[in-house]
Amino acid sequence: MISHCKSWIGGLALACAGLALPAQAALRVVACEPEWAALAQELGGALVEASALTTAQQDPHRIQARPSLIARVRNADLLVCTGAELEAGWLPLLLQQSGNAKVQPGQPGHLAAADHVRKLEIPASADRSQGDVHAAGNPHIHTDPRNIALVATQLTRRLQQLDAARAGEYAGRGAAFQQRWQQAVTRWSAQAAPLRGLPVVSQHKGYVYLYDWLGLKEVAVLEPKPGVEPSVAHLQSVLATLQATPARMVVSSAYQDPRPSEWLARNGAVPMARLPFTVGGSEAARDLTALFDDTVARLLAAAGTR
Amino acid sequence: MQLHALRRAAALACLAAGGAAAQPTPDTQALRREIDALRADYERRLQALEQRLQAAEAAVAAPPAAPPAREPAPALATASPAAPGGRGLDLTLILSGQVQRTRLDPASYRIRGFALPPDAEIGPGTRGFSLAETELTLAANIDPWWRGAATFALTPENELEVEEAYVQTTALGRGLGVRAGRFLSSIGYLNAQHRHAWDFADAPLAYQAMLGTQFADDGLQLAWVAPTERFFELRAEVGRGRSFPGSDTSRNGAGAAVLSAHAGDDIGSSHSWRAGLSYLRARASGQELAATDSAGNDVVNAFTGSSRVWIADAVYRWAPGGNPRQRNFKLQGEYLHATRAGELVVDTAGLAAPGGFRSVQSGWYLQGVYQFMPRWRFGLRTERLQPGNPQLGANAGLLDPGAGTPRKHTLMLEHNPSEFSRIRLQLANDRARGAGPTDLQWLLQYQMSLGAHGAHGF
Repeated sequence: MISHCKSWIGGLALACAGLALPAQAALRVVACEPEWAALAQELGGALVEASALTTAQQDPHRIQARPSLIARVRNADLLVCTGAELEAGWLPLLLQQSGNAKVQPGQPGHLAAADHVRKLEIPASADRSQGDVHAAGNPHIHTDPRNIALVATQLTRRLQQLDAARAGEYAGRGAAFQQRWQQAVTRWSAQAAPLRGLPVVSQHKGYVYLYDWLGLKEVAVLEPKPGVEPSVAHLQSVLATLQATPARMVVSSAYQDPRPSEWLARNGAVPMARLPFTVGGSEAARDLTALFDDTVARLLAAAGTR
Repeated sequence: MQLHALRRAAALACLAAGGAAAQPTPDTQALRREIDALRADYERRLQALEQRLQAAEAAVAAPPAAPPAREPAPALATASPAAPGGRGLDLTLILSGQVQRTRLDPASYRIRGFALPPDAEIGPGTRGFSLAETELTLAANIDPWWRGAATFALTPENELEVEEAYVQTTALGRGLGVRAGRFLSSIGYLNAQHRHAWDFADAPLAYQAMLGTQFADDGLQLAWVAPTERFFELRAEVGRGRSFPGSDTSRNGAGAAVLSAHAGDDIGSSHSWRAGLSYLRARASGQELAATDSAGNDVVNAFTGSSRVWIADAVYRWAPGGNPRQRNFKLQGEYLHATRAGELVVDTAGLAAPGGFRSVQSGWYLQGVYQFMPRWRFGLRTERLQPGNPQLGANAGLLDPGAGTPRKHTLMLEHNPSEFSRIRLQLANDRARGAGPTDLQWLLQYQMSLGAHGAHGF
């Protein structure tokens, strides 16, 4: 009987410990896109529990504010998103319905990555007749690894601010990442040198930062307007453009319908470069370093200069 | 703002100058000199403004020069403060219009067995060309603690209605949120959505018959999202009870109370669901209800008592790999169960016969919408109501209960050129009138939104 009681008390104590654990557990970082979850994991290691609200197979412009996403934002300590209106169609809803004050815009628990880099393609006017253009500029900033380094600096600061007790550890991890990343960027830049100046066609204006970094030239876009599905008529006109200014490859992302790019590749005899776009977008792109390894490799393969 | 002040100052200056010219005295000459100085000053400032504008236009027009690629990260330009919901006023305008053809006269529309106020907005509305509601929504964060939103509906009859106008907390934390003002109640699934977000042009019969199309109230709402992995949310509301099944009166305290619980989650990466149970209790006093007496005449009755409505709702969504852009499917269904008990005065204008009243009624709808290719969606809705047998007590036999079970089937085909525009063709086989001829309704409508980016709700 007594031993019974003891085991009961022991069990209760264990249960209590189990309940108490989450309070001192890892900082919960919720990222809108997989690249920021991967970055948070690099910078926080075991100190954080990072997850992404979307996957590389999803179009980050078009996400449904599913109940599971509300629950995830509800429980987040830090929300890392791209910003620049990329998530305008779903994040405001998640923020309003989550009842989580910590991650509202303006709080330390809300980091908008695009606020901390130089943005390209800022439109003169954000008229919808131009399609889904973002007034704040092109939001796909993560395709340039130098932007990742800038965001990493900010993210380390936020982690230190939110988890001050372990600020030293974050500083160490941050410095190590920056060093590793700088070396990797130098390596990728060297590998991608043959790509400089090559004319390319994109399916969506998703890679302006990548092109800016590697010196690729976008001569045409398959979407007639940003966010508008490519039409047959527009594809024909792109094909006509290519007769005058030939392109070396057509670039699309893992989450996009492959057919428009395939059509152009077939009819225009242009090689296809299907890029992972973000972490998880291909077999190889398991983390941030692998994402750029794979991206550069695929570009080189398509350009036939490997 | 600055320009406005400038223009006003200039106008004032011109007026003053004109007045001064009429009577040149030393005083006015001094005034004129002052005005001239002022004018010169404003002209300088205007020129400076023009120059700045031209410079800005030139900077924008110039093609972005490709900066030389270099190893160090690009220098940080001004950090934009833009963050979702963090900017100024969000303004959204919904424009909608339609053309309709119905076999039966919409003026004769009724839902057999369900007594509704004479001005209830039920049925297909008007035939021929018509403007639908024009909806204007303004929303913004008020300060770090509050957010405000208001939706005004301009009806085709040139009336302005305040559909929603509320403030809600943003900084309570712990999953809590408080809302105050007029808002769409959280009961069920469709009720909390604005009608332009619905997948069909009209509300299901069950909503029309038991909630007066949509239940919106003036009051308070407390919402709580549980700190669990799976989404679980509770909402409680107290309010005036101003709309059906309640009635607006001058009582102290609350005329309606609502409780709703919803849970939801993903199943794998392609499937997701949300389901809930809601309860609405509303009081009515002297509520006018249209009916037909046993002689076939239209009469108005008055109901005093309370209504309870239970709603069970469920939504399931499929999108391959969680990407709804190419193809997706949505299945939703709701079951409503309404009990009304109290006193009914039959034929208030004539007989005015009081008596007890109790009715138990229910209804459901089930609908599926499939996006088979980008921009195109197809949907089917089927629904049915159970009017039950109302107990009229002393008034038994005075009213014509009608016959038949209200039923309706609706087909929908939708073309969405973009997220902001929609053209919808809808065909309904409507047997809401119960036994008798079937109404066939053809509807072609457009719904477009301009302004702030509408959110993609679940």
